Amino acid sequence: MSSAGKIRPGYTRSLDLKNGCVEMAHGSGGRAMAQLIDQLFLAAFDNEFLRKMNDQACFQSFNGRMVMSTDSHVVTPLFFPGGNIGSLSVHGTINDIAMSGAKPCYLAASFILEEGFPLADLKRIVDSMAQAAQAAQVPIVTGDTKVVEKGSGDGVFITTTGIGTVPDGINISGENARPGDKILVSGTLGDHGIAILSLRENLSFHTSIQSDTAALHDLVACMIAVAPNIHVLRDPTRGGIATTLNEIALQSSVGMMLYENKLPIREPVSAACEFLGLDPLYIANEGKLVAICAPADAGKLLRAMQVHPLGENAALIGEVIEDTHCFVQMQTRFGGKRVVDWLSGEQLPRIC
Amino acid sequence: MKYIDEFRDGDLAQKIAANIASEADPRRNYHLMEFCGGHTHAISRYGIVDLLPDNVHMIHGPGCPVCVLPVGRVENAIQLARIPGLILCSYGDMLRIPTANGMSLLRAKAQSADVRMVYSSADAVKIAQENPQHQVVFFAIGFETTTPPTAVAIKQAQALGLNNFTVFCNHVLTPSAISHILQSPEVRQLGLVPLDGFIGPAHVSTVIGSQPYEYFAEEFQKPVVIAGFEPLDVMQAILMLIRQINEGRAEVENEFTRAVLPTGNIKAQLLVAEVFELRRTFEWRGLGLVPYSALKIKSDYADFDAEQRFQIPVVSIADNKACECGAILRGVKQPQDCKIFGTACTPENPIGSCMVSSEGACAAYYSYGRFREKPHATMKEN
Amino acid sequence: MVNYVIISTPENSYKTPMCLAIPACVEQLTAENHAIVNLGGIRKEISLALVEDIAPGDYVIVHVGFALQKLDQLEAKHTLAMFAEMSALYKGN
Repeated sequence: MSSAGKIRPGYTRSLDLKNGCVEMAHGSGGRAMAQLIDQLFLAAFDNEFLRKMNDQACFQSFNGRMVMSTDSHVVTPLFFPGGNIGSLSVHGTINDIAMSGAKPCYLAASFILEEGFPLADLKRIVDSMAQAAQAAQVPIVTGDTKVVEKGSGDGVFITTTGIGTVPDGINISGENARPGDKILVSGTLGDHGIAILSLRENLSFHTSIQSDTAALHDLVACMIAVAPNIHVLRDPTRGGIATTLNEIALQSSVGMMLYENKLPIREPVSAACEFLGLDPLYIANEGKLVAICAPADAGKLLRAMQVHPLGENAALIGEVIEDTHCFVQMQTRFGGKRVVDWLSGEQLPRIC
Repeated sequence: MKYIDEFRDGDLAQKIAANIASEADPRRNYHLMEFCGGHTHAISRYGIVDLLPDNVHMIHGPGCPVCVLPVGRVENAIQLARIPGLILCSYGDMLRIPTANGMSLLRAKAQSADVRMVYSSADAVKIAQENPQHQVVFFAIGFETTTPPTAVAIKQAQALGLNNFTVFCNHVLTPSAISHILQSPEVRQLGLVPLDGFIGPAHVSTVIGSQPYEYFAEEFQKPVVIAGFEPLDVMQAILMLIRQINEGRAEVENEFTRAVLPTGNIKAQLLVAEVFELRRTFEWRGLGLVPYSALKIKSDYADFDAEQRFQIPVVSIADNKACECGAILRGVKQPQDCKIFGTACTPENPIGSCMVSSEGACAAYYSYGRFREKPHATMKEN
Repeated sequence: MVNYVIISTPENSYKTPMCLAIPACVEQLTAENHAIVNLGGIRKEISLALVEDIAPGDYVIVHVGFALQKLDQLEAKHTLAMFAEMSALYKGN
């Protein structure tokens, strides 16, 4: 952040947040950049750390273990039902921290802006981030801004980094799944991905489905209070729950068996998948988590999730089994079995 | 979802499975070919094989238009896409098919070719309307289900007076493919690939009706049961085939009565007949040259024929020597018989067409079935 | 973890559009021979160029943005009944 000190430089004109655009000058370190940071970013994120206007944030260290996580966000479209790249970025990093059982403490946010990007849109995004951070009580304490030439970016790319503290005695990690463990999910699958897809021009369909983007650290705290010995937590984002479970199976050297009739999926999400030939197991979620726990803990953990607003539709969807192949299998509603394989093949590109 | 969920009911599935088990004669084997890629997918996705007795074998036929499209035509599409200013529109799965040197439409797009995925042929016409300075080519593939939508697109382009829209036509015909399988040397020589019956395609049949299959039933003495798209439809069709085989009948039966009439969709058929005509011969991947099996655009609509507007050379790209797609498409071999299955050839790195498309026999088996402990009996064991 | 740009559609779960067709309920007819169909709450506009005599309340089979055929709802009932019926008939062969 630019060190402008206590005396505000004389801005000749106020930032035109309605009709203005990002210009190369906004990234050059001069007056224009200082103005952008001051009137857009600092105004939105305002907290004691940022008010110091230093290039770094200073805070007391913590005892015990800490976690750190980082994410880059390049989602298109930038705005979608239920959120935007801003709220997504804040929630995403908070969730990555929370999946270790840690309490998120601080966030950093850096922006790469494309020349010509409308300031009005940037303000919406930044305000969204501020709201998300505020609601989660995790401040954005430092950051950076760069501007690239028109054509070199996609409007805006955001990278968020977060740190958190892990309470003593908590050991949540992908290699902890054991045969016999139960697999739980905190709610309906595929909402985010379908919300995004509905905006693709050549696939356009009308739906009331909203992205489920949300910060899960509070839910996690409630879960740990009830079952401190949770083995694994992970949020099934890219590649959906199928990818997440395959990752965990490999890390833990186990297999898994899911029950198709137990998977919580909203009807419009199922319908959209039918229309497009997709499998909801592979579709991204941004406000859900998978929990793997010992069988004795499953009942109370499920109840704790279900009473939390972000875990209303939580369900027990399967169990961990012995399997040298580390396959994730599913018993179909037919009684037949199939493998829920890794995501394979290339991703479809952004369609213009 | 109405008319979908009821046809996926697990309890009914168990009942039909029980009937199949009690009616299948334990003293013989039944080899049933499901022709349509959608059926292959349903069988894999619902684990229908787990509900069938061991002596009922499902063989995947060449009903996957992505799988049977020769690589040379994809190469042609890539060449078109590389013409400066040209916009190539394609259905999704075509984008991933690998050609020589690992190139694909997707990779060409990454190298700045203007390739756009469309859900409907109508979208391609829209793109042509919105980009009058650019040539727009629609990469049309598919069996009889998908041909009428292409015909509509061409008529629409004509009505709009578009002079920048053409179709690169690769539509193929179901009955020809079935004939070709039934007449292949391996099949005539019974005992090598016994095929006892066919599950007729669901949506092709809504267009062409059930009548065209009567020829096969009579000529080759094989029963055909047209089945709907849902897993219960497929299971019921298997039961009906087993019954016909047990009773020595070779008839065309229709399980998909809710959408298939004997005459099919006349309006769609007339539209197709207006715009397209038969090619004398066409190369099918794995089957070689098949006579009167594919369509080209009639001269009345030459203005919308990419093969008239652009130089499209015949490119013949041989399949990898180790690739067994040809045999698998004809039902002669199973995926696990192919030496490179699961090793060099995987969904991430598909060598042949059966692995590229999710409906291909190899892709379906790789995803859903390769973990099975009890190996499915192969042809050789009979 | 990176937030990807577009939904990944794995080879093993994506049905090619060529064989993908679903029954959907016609909600309303729109201009130029199109209709809005509803499937489980999802609404999409499709073309009726390949069918005739479609009215709101009808079910159609939708394929790559076109209605291919009207679904005969009576026949659908018969088919479902057939699944259940025959199992009673042939129990314990």
